[in-house]
Amino acid sequence: MDNVRVLIIDDSSVMRKIVERSLRQAAINLATVLEAGNGVEALAVLNKEQVDLIFCDINMPVMDGLEFLQQLPGVANAKGAQVVMITTEGGESHVARALQSGAKGYMRKPFTADQVKEHVLPLLV
Amino acid sequence: MKPMNTMTSKLDLSNERESWPPLLGLAAREVFESMLGSSLEPGPDSFNEEEFDITAMVGLAGRICGILTLRCTVEAATLMSSKMLGIDAAEAGPQMYDAFGEVCNMVAGNFKNKIAGIDDATMLSVPTVITGADYSLRALTDSGKIEINLLFESFPLIISLQVHS
Repeated sequence: MDNVRVLIIDDSSVMRKIVERSLRQAAINLATVLEAGNGVEALAVLNKEQVDLIFCDINMPVMDGLEFLQQLPGVANAKGAQVVMITTEGGESHVARALQSGAKGYMRKPFTADQVKEHVLPLLV
Repeated sequence: MKPMNTMTSKLDLSNERESWPPLLGLAAREVFESMLGSSLEPGPDSFNEEEFDITAMVGLAGRICGILTLRCTVEAATLMSSKMLGIDAAEAGPQMYDAFGEVCNMVAGNFKNKIAGIDDATMLSVPTVITGADYSLRALTDSGKIEINLLFESFPLIISLQVHS
């Protein structure tokens, strides 16, 4: 898929930049890169913008990634968007909860651009 | 019975601690290779720690309670942020603090992911970064300290884990 519209949700601005850089290194053609610092900010972004792909941290203040996932089915602009969770918290229970809540993928930090590509490309066909 | 389980868990964890230094080193190497494209090399037995003027800390709470720190020079931390973000060191600016904290966070997370049975039961704090060298750190720990001396692009780097049993 070309011209991917992506939303990157992480309370660390540095980590948001790293995810964007990894997507570009993975040769994923990004049309729009939107950012949010937590789930509430992300929902506000999605009120205005439509996206194809969402990268979401789990542990964030205000609204964490799992609560954001639970809110997502009611968001029109996120219909059909693929969600990949990305976090240092890699426990089995976190993975299971994220996948049960609708995430299509789960990546643990640290990650390489190749791993990003491996996770994302199958979701964009 | 709960008390027995608790005691068994503590004993198991205590026995596992011998494997922690290599796992901590491996966790750090993986973070630096994946996120910075740099190989960490083993360092000498001791460094001149007076030259270290930045420290990143992440707390662990739960099955493992303690604190993980990364110490190095601001110059080294700036290089880490430039490599991680793909920018010139001169452009790193205040992002350096966040990037250095994230490196510490990822080392702590990757380390706990490598220890069976503690991942879901141990949480990480948000990272804290301290600049300057004139301070002493006292943590409520009683199980000694794992300390690994490394070289990052020829810069000295110390990774420490202090654990409270």
